Amino acid sequence: MSFLLGEHMTGGYGAADILHDCSIGVEKGEIAVIVGPNGAGKSTAMKAVFGMLPLRKGRIVFDGSDVTALKPEERVVKGMGFVPQTHNVFTSMTVEENLEMGAFIRTDSISDSISQVYDLFPILKEKRKQPAGELSGGQRQQVAVGRALMTHPKVLMLDEPTAGVSPIVMDELFDRIIEIARLDVAILMVEQNAKQALEIADKGYVLVQGRNRFTDTGEALLANPEVRKAFLGG
Amino acid sequence: MHAFYSQYRNQILFGLMAGLLILVAVIQSPSVALTILNLCLISAIMSLGVNIQWGYAGLFNVGVMGFAALGGLAGVLVSMPPVSEAWQAGGFGILLGLLITAGTVVACLMAWSSIKHLTRYRYWIIAGIIVLGYTLLRLFFDPGVDAIEAIDPSVTGYLGGLGLPILVAWPVGALFAAGVAFVIGKIALGLRSDYLAIATLGISEIIIFFIKNEEWLTRGVKNVNGLPRPVPYEIDLQQAQWFQEWALALGLPVDDASAIFVKICYALLFIAVIGVLLWLSETALKSPWGRMMRAIRDNETAAAAMGKDVTWQHLRVFILGSAVIGLAGAMLTTLDGQFTPVGYNPLRFTFLIWVMVIIGGSGNNWGAVLGGFFIWFFWIEAEPIGLWLIETLTAGMDPQSAVRAHLLEGAAHMRLMTVGLILLLTLRYAPEGLIPEKKRL
Amino acid sequence: MVDVFNALTVLGNFLIIPGLTYGSQLALGALGVTLVYGVLRFSNFAHGETMAFGAMITILVTWGLQAASISIQPLPTALLAIPVGIVVTVVLTLLIDRFVYRYHRDRKANPVIFLIVSIGVMFFMGGLIRFIIGPGDQIFFDGTRFILKAREFKQMTGLDEGLSLRMTQAVTIITAIIIVAAMFWFLNHTRTGKSMRAYSDNENLALLSGINPDRVVMITWILVAALATIAGTLYGLDKSFKPFVYMQLLLPIFASAIVGGVGNPLGAIAGGYVIAFSELILTFAYKKIILYLGPETLELDSLVQILGTDYKIAVSFIILVIVLIIKPTGLFSGKTI
Repeated sequence: MSFLLGEHMTGGYGAADILHDCSIGVEKGEIAVIVGPNGAGKSTAMKAVFGMLPLRKGRIVFDGSDVTALKPEERVVKGMGFVPQTHNVFTSMTVEENLEMGAFIRTDSISDSISQVYDLFPILKEKRKQPAGELSGGQRQQVAVGRALMTHPKVLMLDEPTAGVSPIVMDELFDRIIEIARLDVAILMVEQNAKQALEIADKGYVLVQGRNRFTDTGEALLANPEVRKAFLGG
Repeated sequence: MHAFYSQYRNQILFGLMAGLLILVAVIQSPSVALTILNLCLISAIMSLGVNIQWGYAGLFNVGVMGFAALGGLAGVLVSMPPVSEAWQAGGFGILLGLLITAGTVVACLMAWSSIKHLTRYRYWIIAGIIVLGYTLLRLFFDPGVDAIEAIDPSVTGYLGGLGLPILVAWPVGALFAAGVAFVIGKIALGLRSDYLAIATLGISEIIIFFIKNEEWLTRGVKNVNGLPRPVPYEIDLQQAQWFQEWALALGLPVDDASAIFVKICYALLFIAVIGVLLWLSETALKSPWGRMMRAIRDNETAAAAMGKDVTWQHLRVFILGSAVIGLAGAMLTTLDGQFTPVGYNPLRFTFLIWVMVIIGGSGNNWGAVLGGFFIWFFWIEAEPIGLWLIETLTAGMDPQSAVRAHLLEGAAHMRLMTVGLILLLTLRYAPEGLIPEKKRL
Repeated sequence: MVDVFNALTVLGNFLIIPGLTYGSQLALGALGVTLVYGVLRFSNFAHGETMAFGAMITILVTWGLQAASISIQPLPTALLAIPVGIVVTVVLTLLIDRFVYRYHRDRKANPVIFLIVSIGVMFFMGGLIRFIIGPGDQIFFDGTRFILKAREFKQMTGLDEGLSLRMTQAVTIITAIIIVAAMFWFLNHTRTGKSMRAYSDNENLALLSGINPDRVVMITWILVAALATIAGTLYGLDKSFKPFVYMQLLLPIFASAIVGGVGNPLGAIAGGYVIAFSELILTFAYKKIILYLGPETLELDSLVQILGTDYKIAVSFIILVIVLIIKPTGLFSGKTI
């Protein structure tokens, strides 16, 4: 059993299901990536794991306990961190305040965590008194990830962290994500840039129409000619 | 039981309403019941007007008071005899002032469109034109106003009206309201709903301020009394042979009979108006136009994407609804026989009407009418009912007790609380109102 | 030169001091409206009545204190009674939230529905206030009336014009400064204050960060009730307490909040003063000033007013409408709580 596992997830927002018996899991210290064509239900699968989508069937197991019935905010307390694709920072608040808010559920001192985030993303230290809304897209993503890290999550879920940033910034973000994984954090992310994401992935999930199509290591998927042809542009 | 209720709901509810009025006629007096009925009818028309805007199109107009007051003003301007001395003394200044105002507006509009390229200075240029126009206006207008207001201020002190029959004022009142609604709609309808609410509330206050302070036109806080009537006067009836005989035959004192007769005349007039309006509104709702309006209300973006001109349709509905409110305003002034600008307050003339629409059932004309009846009835009868309640509840207390005296005194304000509670309960337990909107395709 | 000082004194006495006082009252009111808008996301039409309710409780307690001969001369006794007023108003607003607003919040109702609900609350509170204290004028001011009398000022300076400062004006301005400073300290430097800002900025992300929305809403109502009570009492002390007046005050308060950019507390403060000074500047009679500053021989028979005094309150409505039409996000937009 994986550290975080969404098993046989079936459900959707309205009458029609978006996910059909979809399973996704990730281990501690690993990076798992969900890829697939547009409308494959990638983000939906991620949201389902985080409790933002009502499930008709299936369950979510995290760290040995069933969390299917918990609300997203309760999962945060349990040790799950989530970075939404958009609107993922408090634009009117400074970088530092964003990080403080990320640690809202903690009652102990947070200064260590803040300096940890600053070590990971040095630019944020420089901009710590600036409102997050005034930062560039890449910097905002760093704030968003930093905010989610403040609770010391055991699993970090990222919904398209590199959407709308330049390739250089993307590489840099991926490097940071690898660094986070090395801290024994499980990372589950949805990516549009499938090739680059699979390169850093320990495990990859290719979803099509809400169903698991291929599941393998990142390397194996990249090597799989069928996957290459259909999803990675040859 | 439930099926029976849903099938005959309208009949039951309107029957209940009639029953309540008859109860008042028996317990209090027929005259009181008719007074309430007449105001119920006018409230129902105002509520129809708001329903056209809110129920059909989802426009949140909180300026009902302003439109009602404009209708009332029409009553004065149409029916009162002209004051010729005032016209001689200051008419020229006033007309010149109006010309200057019109000129300024035209200049602003023309300047606005012709200096589009000067984005930075556009506001300043417009402001300059307005300041210039305003200074000119004050220069010619003020002496005229002073002259007019100096003429026999305790009786006239204003320009008077056209001396036409007051029934003419009803459509004119609707036109006044429609005209102002056009201007307001042009500038404010693009706003988000809560901003539109605040803007219309503000504009309605401005209208009332204008009416209160421009004495040359409205006599302001001095009120205009003795508006001509569309129905006979009590005193004439009492002296008429045929009426005396008629009263005798009914076994009523002539005084009471004349009061009741007059009120019935008003009621018949009002019922005729409400009948026509209801017929028109229902026809409109069932027409393709009504269907389109609902489509726009329920999904503006989709309707716009389908090529409907949402802005124009909103403006039309806003004007139509406001015109109906203006008509009701003129009718109210006619019924009162006087125009009292200080009487217009938003609680009574705006928010209460809103309560009527919500409780009656937004989107349903019959609901709006019923809401108008119900809420006006309770607005008037809450006081006696509250008084009776408190008297009964405190019957065991010492009659001299200060608490009892205070409670009895406070009973007058029960109606505010009651209306508030009714609204809150409706929003929670029956958000669609007494007569919900029909589900049409 | 003396003329210049005389002119300045006239300005100070009839424009600056009254402007600061009225502006402070509006600013405190607008701050409440803006907090509700920022956190609960609707325009609260019941805010005027909340102010009246808080002031009413304060008045009742003040009468009690006066009857017991407790006072804080030279300050008005009402200041002593405000905390009780705040507590009672907080209890009422929390009850109303629990039984009225929460239902619609759980349903994620449209802001317009909230607005209509707040109209219902307005009716209810209005009735409650009139039921308890009646619709009439209530005077509850005591303490020293003037800090500086016009006559004393004339003697002190030898000028022809007098400058007076009433106790209520000084109390209003100083209280407003203290409250506003405390408010900003709270919002910017406490965890709870920051969580309110976070919730106002991005509700979903605040939830994801583990911020408890019920707590944010509760704190907001507590602050709003406190602000409303203080604003209502200060206004009542300065002018007089009459339930109907507070309903009329609602529009200038909305105007202040909107001019400043709804949801932006700093804007609400600025908006309050903008509205107050616009009202006064546009309806001020400049005759005296011009006579002092103009040539000796100048004669004026008009008061030199831009608008008649009757239009004073209308000015705020006109500004409100113009701002809504030209720049609905307000003059100081771009920042939420």
